[in-house]
Amino acid sequence: MEMLYLLLRQTMFFSIPLLIVALGGMFSERSGVTNIALEGIMVMGGFAGIYFINQLQSGMSGQLLLLLAIVIAVAGGVIFSLLHGYASINLKADQVISGTALNMFAPAFVIYLARMIQPSGIANVSFKNTFLISKVPVLGDIPVIGDIFFKNTYITTFVGFFILIVSAVVLYKTRFGMRLRACGEHPQAADSVGINVYKMRYIGVMISGALAGLGGLVLTIPISTEFKGAVNGYGFLALAVLIFGQWKPMRILWASLFFGFMQTISAAYSAIPFLLNLNIPSEFFKMTPYIATLIVLAFSSKSSKAPKAVGQPYDQGAR
Amino acid sequence: MNNQNPINQFLDRLSRKKGTASLISSLTAIGIGLVIGLIILLITNPEESIAGFFTMLSGGFNDGTRSFGNVFYIATPIIMTGLAVGFAFKTGLFNIGASGQFIVGAYVAVLIGVKLPVLGGFQWVVGIFAAMIAGAIWGAIPGLLKAFLNVHEVIASIMMNYIGMFMVNYLIKQTVLNVYTNRSLPVAVTANIPKMGLTTIFPGSSINGGLLIAILFVILMYIILEKTTFGYELKACGHNRFAAKYAGINETRSIVLSMAIAGMLAGVGGALFYLSGAGVYIEVVDVMAAQGFTGISVSLLGMSNPIGILFSGIFIAWLQIGGFYMQRYSFVPEFIQIITAIIIYCSAASLLIRNYMELKQLKKDEKLSNIAQSDTADIVNGKKEGGKN
Repeated sequence: MEMLYLLLRQTMFFSIPLLIVALGGMFSERSGVTNIALEGIMVMGGFAGIYFINQLQSGMSGQLLLLLAIVIAVAGGVIFSLLHGYASINLKADQVISGTALNMFAPAFVIYLARMIQPSGIANVSFKNTFLISKVPVLGDIPVIGDIFFKNTYITTFVGFFILIVSAVVLYKTRFGMRLRACGEHPQAADSVGINVYKMRYIGVMISGALAGLGGLVLTIPISTEFKGAVNGYGFLALAVLIFGQWKPMRILWASLFFGFMQTISAAYSAIPFLLNLNIPSEFFKMTPYIATLIVLAFSSKSSKAPKAVGQPYDQGAR
Repeated sequence: MNNQNPINQFLDRLSRKKGTASLISSLTAIGIGLVIGLIILLITNPEESIAGFFTMLSGGFNDGTRSFGNVFYIATPIIMTGLAVGFAFKTGLFNIGASGQFIVGAYVAVLIGVKLPVLGGFQWVVGIFAAMIAGAIWGAIPGLLKAFLNVHEVIASIMMNYIGMFMVNYLIKQTVLNVYTNRSLPVAVTANIPKMGLTTIFPGSSINGGLLIAILFVILMYIILEKTTFGYELKACGHNRFAAKYAGINETRSIVLSMAIAGMLAGVGGALFYLSGAGVYIEVVDVMAAQGFTGISVSLLGMSNPIGILFSGIFIAWLQIGGFYMQRYSFVPEFIQIITAIIIYCSAASLLIRNYMELKQLKKDEKLSNIAQSDTADIVNGKKEGGKN
């Protein structure tokens, strides 16, 4: 039973960043901007947050430091995402190319920067993990649920669920959410009733930047003690989660749990006696999440509910 | 405004060509990228910035014929992956999976290079052909998924990159592992691509006949895209898939074939790199082949045009060699990737430059033929729309 709890907690460590980043991608794509740059934004946000922790950890530790780092990671992500917004909204550039450029830029830039600003001259930014919550008072005593969610957990897990609820409410229950969706479905119609399409799309991209930047930090903290300038394809997995989740918040949650579980199997198979005894080479476990992604997408893409105007620059003059 | 002058007339005609606009916007992107790169250097390391910057620009001139020849050696595989990305792009597909296609091609080429010395002088030829097939299969899978199941090719080909990387690592361990270095075994001498006389021009460098093979593929792809019905159909799908369908073009077939050919090109790139005889081996590490991603830059900078890709491949190789020599100072080679990314970002935005050029052209025409002023706005907007393709 303890093994199962361990697996489920591990699944959370992988699922929560996927959930956060995919929700970010949802806001961008629902506003009509393809955001393939999630991977690069995660790298930037992760770097900003971890470097902040690295600098301040001698003076402070624990949840306050983590919360401040979250703010920094969000800010880093937003600033970087503005580059994508400017290219795709103002310059009407090909959004996939702009995103690719940012994905190429981010890892190289953070490695360059880390080597230049760290006295040691090394590319990795290390940090002390002082953020684990071994047991949440009261809630941790609830059977089963307490063991899965409220023991050996991080505050980021709750942040993730909080973002999910807020996202669902904002997207479906607010005027802003409706306008944002209109811009992704039919920007001309949205414009004709007085919605500023450019502004809505900028907001969509900035939300995606904020959440992807946060995702980079959230991904790194539980599974590592240093930031190596990469997020190992999580930004792209988050895009797959977004597509599998059909651009809907609750479905994105299930999709991210599924992918998180797949990642857990590939990362922790050696700790599971049953899987280890199968004698399958490690490479096949590493492939699992990616093969699962392909299979899942093969079954779910046919009836894709992608926003109709996603990826198309909006030209006010061409209305 | 004296258009009677023959030189002016020639310049006028030149500026109306689409290729000229592409070239100018690419060059502008390069210029802006280099300037921003210089600024980054000035901020991060002012003392060495100028020397480092000029070392980078000097590229192949840093070490005589050796470094000059090595520019072409580095360029060879990235021209192939550039073609792989560019060819698919012409059909409206973004093949981000060149990395996976490259490495599976590399693996089968190395496998044949190690295991089949019986083939003698044909060994390297068979290796390249096998790499073509392996790459084509790896490229066709995302193509099939896209054509029949509507799976986004960007996601699918990225997943294929990871699967390819892990699979090749596994297969190397099973078949051609050098246990002491944890990488692939050296290939037989007959598996190395002949130098074809190029080392006499660039002594001391790793240049080899692979360059000529890459150029051959550049010409072949140019002919397919520009001079054949098949190429026209592929491009029609890329421009407007609905119009192409209406015109009776089999879209499904075009997507699958385009991705298969793209994969084939990247696979050849893998063979050309690892059969180069330059002492490179496939490392068993969880890192994706960099040439695949460089190919994206090469293709975008070359505007997906085979000839453009040839030159942009050499240009990026030039910078990479420059980046190698920049390590004389306290700079890391990642700097080249930063500059390349900025250049790509600017070239993505180069629509602005092209629009501006077309706008200028339009205004010039307008003055000449005295079009009524009231229509100006409509024409400008109409022109902009056309530029989107």
